[in-house]
Amino acid sequence: MVLELQNITMQFGGVTAIDDLSFGVQTGEIYGLIGPNGAGKTTLFNIVTGNYTQTKGTVLFHNEELSGLKPNMIVQKGIARTFQNIRLFKSMSVLDNVLIGFHNQANYSYFESILRLPRYFMYEKNIKREAMDILERFGIAEYADTNASSMSYGNQRKVEIARALATNPKLLLLDEPAAGMNPNETEDLSQIILKIKKEYGLTILLIEHDMKFVNNMCDKVLVLDYGEEIFEGKPADAIVDEKVVAAYLGDFKHA
Amino acid sequence: MDILTFMQQMVNGISLGSMYALIAIGYTLVYGVLRLINFAHGDIMMVGAFTAYFAHASGVPFGLAVILAIFAAMVTGILTDKIAYKPLRDAPKISLLITAIGISFFLENLFNVLFGGVPRAFSAPDYMTKILHFKGMYIPVTVIIIPTVTLILLFIMLWILNKTKYGMAIRSLAFDIPTVKLMGINADFIIMLVFAMGSGLAAVGGIFYAVSYPSIDPLMGVIVGLKAFAAAVLGGIGSVTGAVIGGFILGFTEIVVVAFMPELGGYKDAFAFVFLILVLLFKPTGIMGQDLERSRF
Amino acid sequence: MKIIKLTFLVVAIVFVWFAQNHFDPYAVSILNNIAIFAILALSYNLINGVAGQFSLEPNGFVAIGAYVTALFLIPSETKIDMFALVDPSPFVLSMHTSFLPALIMSGVVASALAFILSIPVFRVRGDYLAIVTLGFGFIIRIYAMNQPSITNGALGLNDIPGNSNLYWTGFIMIVTLIIMLNIIYSKHGRAMKAVRDDEDAAIAMGINTFWIKTYAFMTSAFFEGVGGGLMASMLTTIAPDQFTFLLTFQLLIIIVLGGLGSMSGTILGAILVMGGTEWLRFLDQNMDIFGYNTGAHPGLRMVVFSILLIVLMLFARRGLFGNKELTDLFRRSK
Repeated sequence: MVLELQNITMQFGGVTAIDDLSFGVQTGEIYGLIGPNGAGKTTLFNIVTGNYTQTKGTVLFHNEELSGLKPNMIVQKGIARTFQNIRLFKSMSVLDNVLIGFHNQANYSYFESILRLPRYFMYEKNIKREAMDILERFGIAEYADTNASSMSYGNQRKVEIARALATNPKLLLLDEPAAGMNPNETEDLSQIILKIKKEYGLTILLIEHDMKFVNNMCDKVLVLDYGEEIFEGKPADAIVDEKVVAAYLGDFKHA
Repeated sequence: MDILTFMQQMVNGISLGSMYALIAIGYTLVYGVLRLINFAHGDIMMVGAFTAYFAHASGVPFGLAVILAIFAAMVTGILTDKIAYKPLRDAPKISLLITAIGISFFLENLFNVLFGGVPRAFSAPDYMTKILHFKGMYIPVTVIIIPTVTLILLFIMLWILNKTKYGMAIRSLAFDIPTVKLMGINADFIIMLVFAMGSGLAAVGGIFYAVSYPSIDPLMGVIVGLKAFAAAVLGGIGSVTGAVIGGFILGFTEIVVVAFMPELGGYKDAFAFVFLILVLLFKPTGIMGQDLERSRF
Repeated sequence: MKIIKLTFLVVAIVFVWFAQNHFDPYAVSILNNIAIFAILALSYNLINGVAGQFSLEPNGFVAIGAYVTALFLIPSETKIDMFALVDPSPFVLSMHTSFLPALIMSGVVASALAFILSIPVFRVRGDYLAIVTLGFGFIIRIYAMNQPSITNGALGLNDIPGNSNLYWTGFIMIVTLIIMLNIIYSKHGRAMKAVRDDEDAAIAMGINTFWIKTYAFMTSAFFEGVGGGLMASMLTTIAPDQFTFLLTFQLLIIIVLGGLGSMSGTILGAILVMGGTEWLRFLDQNMDIFGYNTGAHPGLRMVVFSILLIVLMLFARRGLFGNKELTDLFRRSK
């Protein structure tokens, strides 16, 4: 078990966003979190990444308790994320964005930066090579020197995932990776995610609304509604489950 | 120290605290809505005090001079927002802070060039400067007028914020400007209102300051502004009640510490800073505040 | 790339040598001033422009640096004669070193204070750095006024040995520039820019943003302390009232004009603003306009400068250089 959530409850003020939720993600799995807007999916991500502290319950990563760790420490443990609304470093080049992901792996000190000591050159050379390697896998190496904010939307998504990959994660959290993409781009992205998952030995937890994407990608899905689990199992079974259908119809009615 | 002196100091503390509170409200309102430290706020107070001074000196009755001062401060506050902040709403935060400092420095130097840097004696009418004799205590009328006016203004503020539709709009702006705009509220008008209210209160605070000390100069807003901001953070930035509580705590501390430990008198102006540091260390949300700085995911 | 950088370096060194030996004293004093302000502005730009943390600290740290260097340089007999209000404390009397160690101590003390300020300020979000550092500038002045056994109170210190010359100021300016560029093009500089662009995203990359901001702040403070030391030795006399917010304001104009985050821009900004301050001196003095004497207006220059700052922010937020460096012009761009 890579990630295990036990009896997670999250309250904001008096509102319960997540209610006594438990589930686990197996090594090498692609696990999907689906459900109507406001079901608590992103809140769950923020609990795993340490941005929120859950009201009750425990989060285990490789059987190690994560609660109380700062978000940056959780990244160093091997959990990386992307954001629902892309959050690249806008003033920086694509390559620099990915190099930031290597921050903790470039093991030279501030003094070595200031004085340009040998380890600076050694690590900078290494991480630049590795960053270019990641960009090549995503097919965006030619944009390395381009400003990140001037890329197309689909390519910005790729940079964001590439950047997360650079932190050397075991578990990758993708928040709506296919949002705003056309079918071709979505297909292209699916292929890349499957490829890097295999090559880097990743486990992936993702939030997505595109059911075709979920169906193609996920080994298992968890359907959330108002912070509660209403289904867990194979994606193909989720689509025909009565409760799931009802939750989505209800969502449409509200909208 | 006998009980009389103690009472005397308490009365002085309430008076000083009221002034800080009036000025702190402006910081807290603007910060609540725009997440911006309005560095010019102390100088807007100074503009108010100067207006009252010149109006009164040229023969305008004091009451009318106060109203003119409030008006002048409101106009300065609104213009500051329109000229220096509004065009930068979508710019990086640092740009706004830089223009805020720019406006602050501009007002200080403009008044310095126009009216000179030498402090001017602020003459208030007799009924403001009378000293009452009460059971052996000497009580200047100001220390009664100042807290009374402050309390009245505070209740009006709280009524506006909690009971009127404008107040509701102000409080909702504190959460999310784009959403509020979608809801059909004229965000720019509400922000203007916030600057007008904060600046008007600052003018009253500035006049009280001028009457108590009794002198004004172009740089008077700098230290007082800094202290009032510290008071707002202490009370919980974004909260009006908090700003008032913070203002009183700071006012009392300054008076009491100087009374009990005169050797620290030279450091009187540093207490606010020590408070600010301690609050940031141990309770960054202040006494009444919610966490305005929680990042948005 | 290497050749271009070396060319810059050689030209700068030759210019410093030439100016010190062949320029008239007035020109040398202006160049000294520009070099010191460039040192201060370069370091100020690291925390403000590169790390994006708005700070108003320079006058406080410059004051500390100036006092530390002055106390290390003034011989103890002179101190005894000079301290008029109370006797100098034994510690102050025991301080004595040569110029370079004194400058380094100035930097170290300023940097240590920056670390202490970092703890309350960078653990919370929000713009508290600006207000805390603004307050800090006042506190330093209050302290200097109230501790006559260390600072000689309001009288200040004089007869500071004038060791500053263009070799010192020019050389330290070049070193500061090189160090700033080294930081910017390292993982720490990238992390500072990441914090500036989006702090949450930087944390999501595993960066401990508290330390990144603290590094930037301490580095700024160090060079501001050193700059203060150079200033003390150039002026040979210092007093608490010299280190007001005006100093910080001038530096702010320099970095905004040059471009927040651009070190080459900062050097150009320092030249323009310091030159401009000299050139605009007439504004503060008596003027005859069509036979009408306007009288002296001390402070008019600062009105002009504050309008300039606001206009720059509103219409040319990126300044002269944006966040690019001169050397970026020579990089091949795609």
